[in-house]
Amino acid sequence: MRLKNVFATRWGIIGVGLFIGVFASLLQKWGNPGNMGICVACFERDIAGALGLHRAGVVQYIRPEIIGFVIGSLIAAYLFKEFRPRLGSAPIVRFVLGAFAMIGALVFLGCPWRAALRLAGGDGNAILGLLGLIFGIWIGTLFLKKGYNLGRTQATHAAAGWMLPLIMFGFLALLIAFPQIEGQNRSGVLFYSLKGPGFMHAPLLISLGIGLAVGFLAQRSRFCTMGAIRDFVLFRQTHLLMGFIALVAAAFVTNLIVGQFHPGFKGQPIAHTMHVWNFAGMVLAGLAFALAGGCPGRQLFLAGEGDGDAAVFVMGMIVGAGFAHNFGLASSPKGVGPYGIEAVIIGLIVCLFIGFTMRKRSKT
Amino acid sequence: MSAKIDARGLSCPQPVLMTLDEIKAGKTSEIEIIVDTETSKENVSRAATSQGWKVTDVSEEDNEYAISIKKD
Repeated sequence: MRLKNVFATRWGIIGVGLFIGVFASLLQKWGNPGNMGICVACFERDIAGALGLHRAGVVQYIRPEIIGFVIGSLIAAYLFKEFRPRLGSAPIVRFVLGAFAMIGALVFLGCPWRAALRLAGGDGNAILGLLGLIFGIWIGTLFLKKGYNLGRTQATHAAAGWMLPLIMFGFLALLIAFPQIEGQNRSGVLFYSLKGPGFMHAPLLISLGIGLAVGFLAQRSRFCTMGAIRDFVLFRQTHLLMGFIALVAAAFVTNLIVGQFHPGFKGQPIAHTMHVWNFAGMVLAGLAFALAGGCPGRQLFLAGEGDGDAAVFVMGMIVGAGFAHNFGLASSPKGVGPYGIEAVIIGLIVCLFIGFTMRKRSKT
Repeated sequence: MSAKIDARGLSCPQPVLMTLDEIKAGKTSEIEIIVDTETSKENVSRAATSQGWKVTDVSEEDNEYAISIKKD
């Protein structure tokens, strides 16, 4: 018999939520942007910018937290013999869901993790985002109840499970080979920001270290912000929800202690006050996450333990970020982008199409 | 009567949904569920327990888990 997984217990998941909340808040103190200690969507978008997949000058940085999430999960998966290379569950659908999840998140300006951190920092607009998230996930659960299913995965070669971790090692190598040069927006092949959120970041080793720890803990505990809401809606199960609430509570208390709590709607960091689109953006993101079976963080942790389909979702998000900024879909503190509203509507139609059509019951 | 559910290759919440469907169908008092990730194993066990069922056995072979649950 193997040791019982303490992180899969109620106190385990709460502990992990507390850890993430405290360190996400501290990452802000140590340099990350306001209410953005950890934002999986924003950080993947910054990576897309650093690689030149979009050219929004203020959001370009290879975020070490994302690298840490995948590698930390990989380490935990190997240590506890849970590395299971697998793929083949509708990868192209997951890619599309990833792209639209990113577009929805960038209309709100944050993934579920950042929605929680924005709330913990006093940003009232986050309430609209979280309500949208819940609504989107609720639509997803209706499809799940009707038998929505992306099909079974298959076990595959270990190398396939290593693809996203290797890509992350590649990003880390680029970051080390081409470090930021003061006052320059390029270093070798990488783009850097001279101002804006992409310019604001904690020191590399701190970001990477916290990312690794979160990746490790989240792999053990199966932490998932989408699952938190989904499981409650679907089964009235509060296990994952406790972790999510713990994250908000810990970030809130830490923000109070370090003076980062500023309640209000106007003038919040990297946020806009268009309530309808804060809500609708997150409806799209929530639905896409629910259909893909995990929040953006969970997709990184799954990819770290060998899930090639989750890796495809991550690539979809990074490419989606490219589209979001190149096409003017992403919001800014001034409000939604020129084509953001159209993108949300198209995204919702695509997600509904996927939800209605992919419902083959996989009976035994 | 006992029932068998093959949830290999499916990720959550599918294995849990399949287990709960079988429990709610009420046709059986013993179910064996086969899953292939540790996460699914934990989730199915947790869901069964929350329905007042008991996990009687978990066996592992070739990275697959067979979970036996029984109505308490």
